[in-house]
Amino acid sequence: MFRNQYDTDVTTWSPAGRLFQVEYAMEAVKQGSAAIGLRSKSHVVLACVNKANSELSSHQKKIFKVDDHIGVAIAGLTADGRVLSRYMRTECINYSFNYESPLPVGRLVVQLADKAQVCTQRSWKRPFGVGLLVGGTDESGAHLYYNCPSGNYFEYQAFAIGSRSQAAKTYLERRFENFMDSSRDDLIKDALIAVRETLQGETLKSSICTVAVVGVDEAFHILDQETVQKLIDAFEIVGETAAASAEPDAAAEEGAAADQGAGGDQDGAADQGVAPMDM
Amino acid sequence: MESNSETKQHSLLSSESGIQRTQYPYVTGSSVVALKYKDGILMAADMGGSYGSTLRYKSVERIKPVGKHSLIGASGEISDFQEIMRYLDEQVLNDHMWDDGNSLGPKEIHSYLTRVMYNRRNKFDPLWNTLILGGVKKGQKFLGMVTMIGVNFEENHIATGFGNHMAQPILRAEWHENLTFEEGVALLEKCMRVLLYRDRSAVNKFQIAKITEEGVTISQPYALKTFWGFQAFENPTAGAEGSW
Repeated sequence: MFRNQYDTDVTTWSPAGRLFQVEYAMEAVKQGSAAIGLRSKSHVVLACVNKANSELSSHQKKIFKVDDHIGVAIAGLTADGRVLSRYMRTECINYSFNYESPLPVGRLVVQLADKAQVCTQRSWKRPFGVGLLVGGTDESGAHLYYNCPSGNYFEYQAFAIGSRSQAAKTYLERRFENFMDSSRDDLIKDALIAVRETLQGETLKSSICTVAVVGVDEAFHILDQETVQKLIDAFEIVGETAAASAEPDAAAEEGAAADQGAGGDQDGAADQGVAPMDM
Repeated sequence: MESNSETKQHSLLSSESGIQRTQYPYVTGSSVVALKYKDGILMAADMGGSYGSTLRYKSVERIKPVGKHSLIGASGEISDFQEIMRYLDEQVLNDHMWDDGNSLGPKEIHSYLTRVMYNRRNKFDPLWNTLILGGVKKGQKFLGMVTMIGVNFEENHIATGFGNHMAQPILRAEWHENLTFEEGVALLEKCMRVLLYRDRSAVNKFQIAKITEEGVTISQPYALKTFWGFQAFENPTAGAEGSW
């Protein structure tokens, strides 16, 4: 009757030493549309893919400014992501009220991770269903962290989360060794290419992605759509299969839908088999 | 007597009982003088602790290091300063426990003190001090002060209490950006000597502290050479007709 005897509670261990509810929460991150982050010595670039839930709606915001020196890109449950970014905002503003200086990124990330961890050890709670790429700068330079629903956090040179993020990771893994000395614009270029890798046949347009930058001497800001489109055009980054006929595109879409398995209501053409909770 | 103790007990139990706030200081320290010099900050204070107008204690350390980058000097209520030091040590310990290499600089400590002092005055329970905070971090010199009601500012040279009247004019006349260590110490000693002559609650036992990129050094206590034979000292009321 039950597929799994040990997954009805967050706090229940499986005999194999796993916490299934926590793993399911991490699964929610994989279902969300992709988010990418990469950093150089002085800059962090965050980028994400925007998916509208239906033809009739706009997409949801996936990149949030936390403070002048910190921003996040999320994948998974956007609602949970907003709660966490609000928490991060209050932590930053309280710190700068007290000390008139910016909260170190590493500390914010630990506080955030501790918050997520508590949810994995309380019977009446549920883990956050969101992964956060936290990018920011402080006295020790630029940092990129990934915060996981499990309460784990990792510092990265470059990382990608969300659906089809493996393609972006593969690209980033090929290139990351040069990122440390990259210019700000080269980072943005690599971010856009990494975003394109996750699109699987779709053409990269500014309407389906968001890019944000933060630097040692540059306050966190989300690039406006016009700027992003200009960059895409300048770098001549287009979909790999943009020139090809529509046929492989459609096939890819179907494949993706089948992949997810859960996309029961296939009413919106924009819904590419992403689980209903992805927003 | 009986009813008095009863009402006292009652007032302890009642949620609407009045509470006593600090209405005046008990043991107080006198002026602190501090200035920026070429390599950092210099600060001087005497070691007297006055119980009202009685010179009750004579080895009170009123200059303390705060972490690696800051130096604090306090005039006013000594026990309130000790309380403030507990707050600051907690902040420094917290940085240490994070163990991530981040630490509060003088600017941050100064800001924190501003919040603490202003918060307490808003509770009508002020910490009865004037604080000077100096420090160097990442090549940036900092010198600022906070009062018991939360007034705060940064300056190149600062003096609290009586020093604001007696030492500040000297500093305004003689301070410049490129003071060497020796010049800075000489200038501070000049200020402290004037204060010793004119401030009745000053004692002839000083500490001078220095903070640079390399760290904090607080001198051993020492005394200044004085000469009390000046004619002006002989009849102090001569120029103050009508006063006592």
